[in-house]
Amino acid sequence: MAETSSAARSAPLDGVAPLTHPALLMRPLPAATRLSLRVTVGAPANFAALKGLDLGGAINTWTGAAWTASLAGIHALRLGPDEWLVLAPDGDAEPLAASLTAALSGRPHAIVDVSHRFASLEIAGTAAEDIVSAGCPLDLDARAFPTGTATRSLLGKAEIVLARTDDRPGFRLEVARSLAAYVWDFLAEAARDVVEN
Amino acid sequence: MSQPFRLPTGGRIDRSSPLVLTFDGRAVHGFAGDTVASALLANGVHLVGRSFKYHRPRGVLAAGVEEPNALLDVDRGGGRREPNVRATVAEAFAGLAVTSQNRWPSLERDLASIADRLPPVIGAGFYYKTFMWPPKAWVRLYEPLIRRAAGLGRAPDGADPERYEHRHAHCDILVVGAGPAGIAAAMAASTAGRRVILCDEQAEPGGALLHDQTSDIDDLPAQAWLADGLATLARRANVRLLARTTAVSYYNHNHVALVERLTDHLAEPPASRPRERLWQVRAREVVLATGAHERPLTFPDNDRPGIMLAEAVRIYINRYGVLPGRRIVVATNGASAYETAIDARRAGAAVSIVDTRASDRIGPELDAARAAGIEVLAGFVPIGSKGRHRVTALRVARLSPDGALPDVPDARDLACDCVAVSAGWTPAVHLFSQSRGRLEFDTARDAFLPGSSVQAVRSAGAAVGLYDLAACIASGARAGAESAGAPVPPAVHATPTLTGFAPLPPDLPLRLGGKAFVDFQNDVTAKDLALAVSEGFESIEHVKRYTTSGMATDQGKTSSMATMGLVATRRGLAVPAVGTTTFRPPYTPVSFGALAGQSRDRLFDPVRTTPVHDWAAAQGARFEDVGSWKRAHYFPRASEDMAAAVRRETIAVRGSVGLFDASTLGKIEVVGPDAGRFLDLMYAGIMSTLAVGRCRYGLMLKEDGFILDDGIVARLADDRFHVTTTTGGAARVLAHMEDYLQTEFTTLRVFLTSITEQWAVIAVQGPKARETIAPLVDDLDLVDAAFPHMSIARCRVAGVPARLMRASFTGERGFEINVPADYGRAVWEAVFAAGRAHQIAPYGTEAMHVLRAEKGFIIVGQETDGTVTPDDVGLARLVSVKKPDFVGKRSLRRPDLSRPNRKQLVGLLSDAFHEQLDEGAQIVAHTGQPIPMTMLGHVTSSYMSACAGRAIALALLADGRHRIGETVHVTTADGFTRATVARPVFIDPEGNRVHG
Amino acid sequence: MLLIRCPHCGERPEIEFRAGGEAHLARPAEPMTVGDAEWTAFLYYRANVKGEQAERWCHVHGCGRWFNAVRDTANDRFVATYGVGEPRPGGAGGAAR
Repeated sequence: MAETSSAARSAPLDGVAPLTHPALLMRPLPAATRLSLRVTVGAPANFAALKGLDLGGAINTWTGAAWTASLAGIHALRLGPDEWLVLAPDGDAEPLAASLTAALSGRPHAIVDVSHRFASLEIAGTAAEDIVSAGCPLDLDARAFPTGTATRSLLGKAEIVLARTDDRPGFRLEVARSLAAYVWDFLAEAARDVVEN
Repeated sequence: MSQPFRLPTGGRIDRSSPLVLTFDGRAVHGFAGDTVASALLANGVHLVGRSFKYHRPRGVLAAGVEEPNALLDVDRGGGRREPNVRATVAEAFAGLAVTSQNRWPSLERDLASIADRLPPVIGAGFYYKTFMWPPKAWVRLYEPLIRRAAGLGRAPDGADPERYEHRHAHCDILVVGAGPAGIAAAMAASTAGRRVILCDEQAEPGGALLHDQTSDIDDLPAQAWLADGLATLARRANVRLLARTTAVSYYNHNHVALVERLTDHLAEPPASRPRERLWQVRAREVVLATGAHERPLTFPDNDRPGIMLAEAVRIYINRYGVLPGRRIVVATNGASAYETAIDARRAGAAVSIVDTRASDRIGPELDAARAAGIEVLAGFVPIGSKGRHRVTALRVARLSPDGALPDVPDARDLACDCVAVSAGWTPAVHLFSQSRGRLEFDTARDAFLPGSSVQAVRSAGAAVGLYDLAACIASGARAGAESAGAPVPPAVHATPTLTGFAPLPPDLPLRLGGKAFVDFQNDVTAKDLALAVSEGFESIEHVKRYTTSGMATDQGKTSSMATMGLVATRRGLAVPAVGTTTFRPPYTPVSFGALAGQSRDRLFDPVRTTPVHDWAAAQGARFEDVGSWKRAHYFPRASEDMAAAVRRETIAVRGSVGLFDASTLGKIEVVGPDAGRFLDLMYAGIMSTLAVGRCRYGLMLKEDGFILDDGIVARLADDRFHVTTTTGGAARVLAHMEDYLQTEFTTLRVFLTSITEQWAVIAVQGPKARETIAPLVDDLDLVDAAFPHMSIARCRVAGVPARLMRASFTGERGFEINVPADYGRAVWEAVFAAGRAHQIAPYGTEAMHVLRAEKGFIIVGQETDGTVTPDDVGLARLVSVKKPDFVGKRSLRRPDLSRPNRKQLVGLLSDAFHEQLDEGAQIVAHTGQPIPMTMLGHVTSSYMSACAGRAIALALLADGRHRIGETVHVTTADGFTRATVARPVFIDPEGNRVHG
Repeated sequence: MLLIRCPHCGERPEIEFRAGGEAHLARPAEPMTVGDAEWTAFLYYRANVKGEQAERWCHVHGCGRWFNAVRDTANDRFVATYGVGEPRPGGAGGAAR
């Protein structure tokens, strides 16, 4: 749905100051359009009609335009066999949903706007991997978690979606909005020994 | 003190960095690189504590984590105080303040040491046998007395000022222990390109190489070989070397917990530096190169200060440049202690050796010792010691040629100020045993060794009973290479190590008087163990618990084999027949801080807040915890207490309009051509017949027929529903629905998406609710005919795209405005501003509870507890009889769920109209019955209702619907009160108000 | 902490999963025709074997999919993981769930 309201938006990490250090950049990311796309995969050819959006990637990878943690076009994070989190710059929800619906017509699917469900942040720099490892049990080494990886996991007691967007050390992290403060504080606490020295 | 026992040269301490610490207030001089123990010994201090039970004087026994005696209170400054720290692992720094424990008034004059002269009163099982009668004396007399006398050290009473961290790590090969075997393993594995983590519990990696001044490895001195190896490993990007890091616990699937100590050795650590970091390592392969612990000899008075493990004496001499005594007697049953004797002699001590083996059973070490000018008494055994706070002589006796102790021993005293004892070695198989690997007894080595593995783990070096340096390195290299799937590197050449020992008969000390200690920390003697066996304890597990042998904080590292050997001998069995105890995590004590990591204070548990939270906080709302959510509990004005605020809020809702943040309600979007059919299976009622734009209240049952959750099902389109759940049930309900969708009703084409956090939910309730929001709503006609109770529509509210629901949890006309969460705050404020004209009141969860209880609306988890059916709470009308199946339907026909006299939801009115019953209070028919009374049910909800003008309560009461009008008795804090059973609705029983 | 091979995501740590009890307990197609004893057994009776046991797991903090696994309860070794509806590997069957 188009959100052309003049009402003020307020996001969970509004006003949070980025953490900067030679080994670390941690900052909230701006609002984004997020669609939860569910469709049972058939022959990959069925997705040909999805202009610019490739749903043929492996589970726990993302497809789409080259990006950094900031969005640059449409990115589809395949989180499960029949589940994608589609990310796009803020404001594109309705036309994006419409074009997906058109492309998938005739196939049982679900498109649900979850733009406001998440907050996102970027954590980058040579210390990023160790800091995320304070709470995430996955092997985040670039050999095990290469560029192109996107998966659900945990950070401490919060569920997250973690993506390695490009070859620089770092991640984009999506978290349910009510847990964004916890996740930010958790990472900031884990980063103290880096940032304060 | 001027370090009279410090050697003029040698050791790995930094003599350019002198330091002063205090021990019981006295200055102790040392050097950087010292442990507290080495600094104390350098100053001639052996007496460092009193024993647990008998308060006997005790000194430093060991040089590592196995230390049972030297437990000190360590104050690192700034609130960093910790009791029961092993002096042998605590690193010294300037200003460190250490204090002895378990003595009063002083270490030298300890009054409680009288316990030592009252044996055999406190033998094995003392507590079980003594404090049996009379029962009341236990609480009043015995327990306070024992509590005062018992325990070691003084627990800190302030908050821990330090930081702790957790870190997950992954590697191909984890190598535990950086002695010769571990270094060889890490070298082989990392040469093959594998990701390696090498951890070592000591401040410096190197293990036994750190105190080996005599061996050569491939023509390099051992310590040069070590330095080369560590430098190579440090250069490799695929190796992470963690010093001061103990592998404490070995869990499933090669999940190993390491505790890294980062600041305990620093006088002024950076504030941001964690004191400890708990590493959770997941390794494809594990190599355990954990070494071995030396065993003390068991003989009467074997615990005097100055009696130390032989290898520890060698460590203090070679690694710390400290001579623990000037006149040292080495008492041993094997070869390795000869290295100690030779090194001590070279360091200038007068040394003699007492070897329990006959001279023809001693290997080349005999000639080596004699060549060094050391007298060797072969075929002698220690039978006692002399001295008070420090050993002054070792009493030894000649064994007969068959190795027995004659009835009248030929005894002599050897004057000394230090005894270095060795009864052989116990491989450190703790982690291997934790990994569920099987231990097998090796008679030749008199020890349990790693047998078959359950996980991908290999052991190497002294941990498998290899005590020769070249053999250790070879086994480490093999383990590392095999773990990496790489060829085994060529063997190294090393100076042969003096190895081999001949165990003594374990019951030999029983023939002598006095206390021969097996477990030093728990004061367990050989006689205690013999007593336990004679009293009928057979299993080693029972003997251990009865005598407490091996149950102190050192977990029997120096005593386990002596315990097992003695029990086996007394039972006339071989050691493997008695069995070994199970090793459980952790290997060494772990701080609570390390376990908690960052999860303390505000990070202890996530605090979830809604988009309206900050507004409510600014209005002075009080919050309550609902799961991990903070929900506004009530909005006090000025001096209002909760009762006054709730009264005002409920009156506002029933009189005009109230505003409630319902954002925490769970919400699920159910999409797909079979969505209606699926919801028919998930809810007790029929949902597939719901018209688009309409809502229906539904109960969700578990398969067992009991209520799981409730909520509103709203139809947005033929193939799209917006479903609400309780706040606490959000995750549970989604999981329940996913489970059935994925595993039972797999042919249905339905997708579930959580939208709980997508939408902020603003409930506007009360007779003026429509007037309040009407000016803000675009694209929708709100008149009752167009938008009746239980409707849903997409529209705009305050310009924001919304899903507007007409629904009520108060019994009043009500709307629930769903807006995208980022807009929640702005729309809330717009509604609040629009409601000013109607004296709108924000209300909290407490008023919400009162309002719904006035109407008899249940709250799942309050009126229900997992054993309540729809009929029990009077909602049988929500259960479809037409549908052939839904989850829970079959169970409702089970005899116990369909019997007529189950507990049923009723109202309760206390006789005194202002008397609020206690939630959870039990209900009985009359109070005259004998205890235990027949309990008919309990109060589930109880409030003061301003609108009903009295206290109201809901209860689950046996056969309750047939008891309407009856008097029952309800428990209070100090008795009973009377109440009348009523219908569970206290306001507007006809339900007219909800329609306007 | 166990390491569990999700059929979709590969090996993941146990904390990402939720255990769902014994597998292959098929819900009767027409529950209302089932007698009390049989229904009670379906609801409550579980084998709880020592040894290899087929059980349900959900990768709840990953792909969100339910799957089945054969685990040796004596040593926690996972023998196999496989999709819902697939027969238990090795043939020790039971109905699919």
